[in-house]
Amino acid sequence: MTTEHAQNVELTPSEYIAHHLSFNAQGVNGNTASEGFWVLHYDTLFTSVVLGLLVMGLIWWVARGATAGVPTKRQAFVELVFGFVDDQVKNIFHGDRHSFIAPTALTVFIWVLAMNSMDFLPVDWIAGIVSFFGGEHAKWRIVPTSDINTTFALALAVWFLMIYFSIKAKGLGGWIHELFCAPFGSNPLVWPANFLFNLIEYVSKPLSHSLRLFGNMYAGEIIFLLLGMWAATGLTGTVFGAILGAGWSIFHILIVALQAFIFMMLTVVYLAMAHESH
Amino acid sequence: MNINFTLIAQAIAFAVLIWFTVKFVWPPLLKAIETRQKEIADGLAAAQEGKSALEVAAKKSETTLNEAKQKASEIIGQAEKRAAQIIDEAKGNAKAEGDRIIAGAKAEIDQEVNRAKEGLRAQVSTLAVAGAEKILRKEIDAKAHSEMLAKLAAEL
Repeated sequence: MTTEHAQNVELTPSEYIAHHLSFNAQGVNGNTASEGFWVLHYDTLFTSVVLGLLVMGLIWWVARGATAGVPTKRQAFVELVFGFVDDQVKNIFHGDRHSFIAPTALTVFIWVLAMNSMDFLPVDWIAGIVSFFGGEHAKWRIVPTSDINTTFALALAVWFLMIYFSIKAKGLGGWIHELFCAPFGSNPLVWPANFLFNLIEYVSKPLSHSLRLFGNMYAGEIIFLLLGMWAATGLTGTVFGAILGAGWSIFHILIVALQAFIFMMLTVVYLAMAHESH
Repeated sequence: MNINFTLIAQAIAFAVLIWFTVKFVWPPLLKAIETRQKEIADGLAAAQEGKSALEVAAKKSETTLNEAKQKASEIIGQAEKRAAQIIDEAKGNAKAEGDRIIAGAKAEIDQEVNRAKEGLRAQVSTLAVAGAEKILRKEIDAKAHSEMLAKLAAEL
């Protein structure tokens, strides 16, 4: 498949990679350009929303029929995931976790896991399907978490929640007080240092949160692309590309699950930290 | 790596998903799990209770059994005592009755002996008189000597 596709279109390696790394971007708001801010990545948005509806819908379908008696295997599996997330949250956040933080953690974990898992789909199959429907030059990136917009959207949402909970827990005054008086103390001399420190923390949190996930997924995608490219060079390349691709896929299972887990844990940690006063 | 409107759209999608989970997914699962946990805890507590109740019952039954055993042995002892008593009484009664019968018999024998003696006395005196009569015939006045003979008979 890889070989055929690459040969039929007669792409150079850089074109092949560029093709696979381009979003299906279209302007909104009357904007026809595919650059600038008023642009939507339809592939990212469509894939992530469909996946979100699918996985959360599945869990909702099971949850709706959940029984307190002997659970079915389906329910037992969902409860396993539920218990896993709930345990993690319980260890980090000591408050009423059931009203918001634990469900949020579940959403983040399941959704990010589903989006990351799109990396397992062979890149050129996706390209084949998309070009079948949308023509030779149609572009479609199937992994929403290798779009910086997705990871930033999630991280910034968590960031705003963090500030919201911080203010909710300590009051606006308490929050501002903390900005200037933690962590070095309330002496006016150290106010600038405290504020600078907090500013760096508030900037670094969403950056590290989102870039970690984005970086891992983007790198994973590029390695698949490189292997796919190698497979296009001939029989030896196809064999080794297939073997290494399989190996990388298996290793990638770990990364996909681990990154989803880390993203969830950081979400919980940030939201839990917002509740603590210093 | 260009930030664009997708970010906002994704954030909205994220918010909707969170809302959906908070509202519709988490509560039923939590309820089901907590209800089951409570049921299991209740069941375990009930089992523990049953176990301790069983222990109490076992102890009680043992005590009752021991009491019954004790009572039974007491009753047996009493019965044995009573039986011995009855036997003793019967023995005493029998002895007394025997003694009485023996005494009666003895008295009767004495009476018979006396009566025989009396009879014999009377007959001896008669025989003596008759003998004397035969020996003496005419010389001896029966009337005159009968007094003496009666005295003799009484001396026998």
